[in-house]
Amino acid sequence: MTINTKYVGKAPNRVEGPAKVTGTAKYSAEFEVPNLAYGVVVSSTIAKGRIKSIGADKVLALPGVLQVFSHENVPRQAWFDRAWKDDIAPGGSPFRPLHDDEVKFSQQPVALVVAETFELARYAAGILEVEYKEEKHETDIEQKRDEGHAPGKGKSGYKPPKSRGNANKALDEAEHRIREEYIHGTQHHNPMELYASTVHYHPDGKLTIYDKTQGVYNCQQYVAKVFGLSKDDARVINLYNGGAFGSGLRPQYELFLSVMAALELKRSVRVTLTRQQMFSIGHRPHTLQTLEMGTNPDGTLAALKHYCLHETSRFEEYTENVVNWSGMLYQCDNVHLSNQVAALDVYTPQDMRAPGAATGSFALEVAMDEMAYAAGLDPLDFRIRNYAETDQSENLPFSSKRLRDCYHLGAEKFCWSKRPMAPRSMREGNRLIGWGVAGGVWDAQMNKASAKATITADGYLTVESAAGENGTGTYTIMTQIAAETLGLPLEAVTFRLGDTNMPEAPVQGGSWTAATVGTAVQKACQALGEKLLKLAQKMDDSPLKGASLDDVEFVNGQLRLRTAPEQSVVLRDVLQTSGEREIAADSTAIPNLINMAKYSMHSHNVVFAEVMVDEDLGTVHVSRVLNVCAAGRILNQKTARSQVLGSVVWGISMALMEETVPDHRFGRYMNHNYAEYHIPVNADIHNIEVLFVEEEDPYVNPLGVKGIGELGLLGVAAAITNAVYHATGKRVRRLPIYLDKLL
Amino acid sequence: MSNSATPNTTDSPALAPPATSPVTLRINGSDMTLQLAPWTTLLDALREYAGLTGTKKGCDHGQCGSCTVLVDGKRINSCLTLAMLHEGAEITTIEGLGQEDNLHPLQQAFLDHDAFQCGYCTPGQICSAQGLINEGRAHTEDEIREMMSGNLCRCGAYVGILNAVKEVVDAQTARRQ
Repeated sequence: MTINTKYVGKAPNRVEGPAKVTGTAKYSAEFEVPNLAYGVVVSSTIAKGRIKSIGADKVLALPGVLQVFSHENVPRQAWFDRAWKDDIAPGGSPFRPLHDDEVKFSQQPVALVVAETFELARYAAGILEVEYKEEKHETDIEQKRDEGHAPGKGKSGYKPPKSRGNANKALDEAEHRIREEYIHGTQHHNPMELYASTVHYHPDGKLTIYDKTQGVYNCQQYVAKVFGLSKDDARVINLYNGGAFGSGLRPQYELFLSVMAALELKRSVRVTLTRQQMFSIGHRPHTLQTLEMGTNPDGTLAALKHYCLHETSRFEEYTENVVNWSGMLYQCDNVHLSNQVAALDVYTPQDMRAPGAATGSFALEVAMDEMAYAAGLDPLDFRIRNYAETDQSENLPFSSKRLRDCYHLGAEKFCWSKRPMAPRSMREGNRLIGWGVAGGVWDAQMNKASAKATITADGYLTVESAAGENGTGTYTIMTQIAAETLGLPLEAVTFRLGDTNMPEAPVQGGSWTAATVGTAVQKACQALGEKLLKLAQKMDDSPLKGASLDDVEFVNGQLRLRTAPEQSVVLRDVLQTSGEREIAADSTAIPNLINMAKYSMHSHNVVFAEVMVDEDLGTVHVSRVLNVCAAGRILNQKTARSQVLGSVVWGISMALMEETVPDHRFGRYMNHNYAEYHIPVNADIHNIEVLFVEEEDPYVNPLGVKGIGELGLLGVAAAITNAVYHATGKRVRRLPIYLDKLL
Repeated sequence: MSNSATPNTTDSPALAPPATSPVTLRINGSDMTLQLAPWTTLLDALREYAGLTGTKKGCDHGQCGSCTVLVDGKRINSCLTLAMLHEGAEITTIEGLGQEDNLHPLQQAFLDHDAFQCGYCTPGQICSAQGLINEGRAHTEDEIREMMSGNLCRCGAYVGILNAVKEVVDAQTARRQ
């Protein structure tokens, strides 16, 4: 029987799909462990001040309540900040739960009540009386316009923006100019799964920790340093993550609290946050941006200035690359970029899907639309006129860039040429129709990762690496890569992830997992292939004697000569002849630093959106979205498309619905629940089309992939905002576009 | 005015937690007797007492639909109801619809249409879709979108969810005709 083992680029179903649709996939709060106690967190009701008292006695008197942990009885932990710093921590002093009586932000965890049952712990937490001494707080970035400062370089991945030319002079001399401010409020990741940790306390005092995280190794080193444990004593596992979007890049406080309680009580403990508490674990910061642009008489950009101010906490200096993208998306010789932060009495913001770029692309791409209209140019034509052939911000060629093809393909599919330029020129009854375009650019990153491949005598391959599965398709694409590398059917391959007993992988973020873990998986399988070749050459009458690894290929369960495919051996025969029960190989993949120095590596996209705005009610209906992405090679058409479909839903949400609304009198988020924090429901989503313009990129990484998790979000909110302008003639510069802004 | 009518003031002891008693629930065709207090929700009974973690907790307030199960064929949010109210009822969870080697048509359709990413809302979506089919109301795409809107999906898999549910609704309609 011939089987096709070329999987990369195809669209197989998710290999973990059957577990997810039948409910057998285990998330962090779902592991059964013996003698489990339940912890419920008590959150502060003030934004800033001191805890005067914790009324633990009354609660402890309830039969079944095991302990009330607070700053009054928290056991001693690591002293220095460096012990509390995780891999993703920005500069500053990380938050230490229950550390002392100081309240630094609203909903700060101030106590953990542990009881024999969840219901009892919840009841006891609900009646725990905490008295505070309030101090004056500041939570509004819009009151801090003059107090911004340039952040330090403490956050990994943060690049201070680079300016070039003389933007002020070029603006003065420009033919047409615009200057506007763009704002979006705070947003929270809100994955469907609540943050939770189940800590299994073993009789020998060792811990197995099932935590909701995007990085099991990051959590392990955090727990080990904070509690002074050896890594052998703290195994961290995450097999399925019920959504994260960046919220699980850093260890969250349920991890600290559950481990602390388990160590103190010497028994297993589970802590699950409430949906309300999901608004206390990091957020996309409330951000103010100002764009200035000017054009030359020929419609090329003469100057571009992009200034950003966003919030951070008092104790950490969180920063985002908001303005940098404006220095590389379009050709412009005079660019001034500036990025500032100001500290507030809020929790430290945290990377949220396409951090910085989702924010920056909104402002840049609405400003580009405004500039196009000021110059009397079609917004797509204006972008094509200012196409960046090289990355001017780094003065490097792109490793690959097919954005121009995305523009043309998208325009054709969307029938962009039929768009009348003037706003309010299309309608259907009382619905005003508008078309908008926008796009973005995102880093194609790769990090260091390791993987191990093991094949057993029955020809079954297992590959493992401590990566994460947030719904991104990691299980599936790694299975595809491994199966194709060793020429095996998908059913004969299992990829395992999410366990600190496996080879190390970095946190799952930045759209780098496909490139990072994928390359490690490929290398480990190639190393295993080399061992198999040697064994095959030891067989009697082996047709492969003298062949090098480059001379052979693994196809359809066979190892054969590339030049003479009929000269082959069956892999299973090789294994059985060898007498080995299993053969294993491991490998570590690192990025190619030479290529990184020679090329700018980025993915690009363009989004076309159609909206229908009810003229009487101001409601916006997004009837059509087309997202065209150039992100290198696509490993799985199905899972990659789903990532972009999901991104479009996020973009619709960012444009029209999503905002965490604070009441600054209390320094508190008021809509901290799923009923009042609006995200799209099924009825809000209509026609979405995703197209990939594949790029051949020999420089970016051995697989030629650029990652797709963040890119699809870029430009969506701007395309919708621009479409709303085209429909109504009203330019909205503060998201979300609630209907009052259109009436 | 006397304080005796307000038992839960700072000075008085906390009200004792309620006692447990055996509660027999019929889940996925089998009777299961659990030792439960009256304040235990059906959702917590399934997840923490019956070991059926396929039903998910996303908000605990009836706002997200992740905990949707079928009670006597009707879809409900299991976080908004108490377990002991459902003695004698036929409770169906995702585990009762189909298994990995014997997928229910909705489970297969969700798989084929990639109608999920992280998978956390998925059991609730599938139970809700079965409830919708039982109601016999939804036929057009817009009707399915509207009547599946009690189930949030933060990954944004709504296009796939619509296509998966539509496929099964259409197949059932065709069979009836």
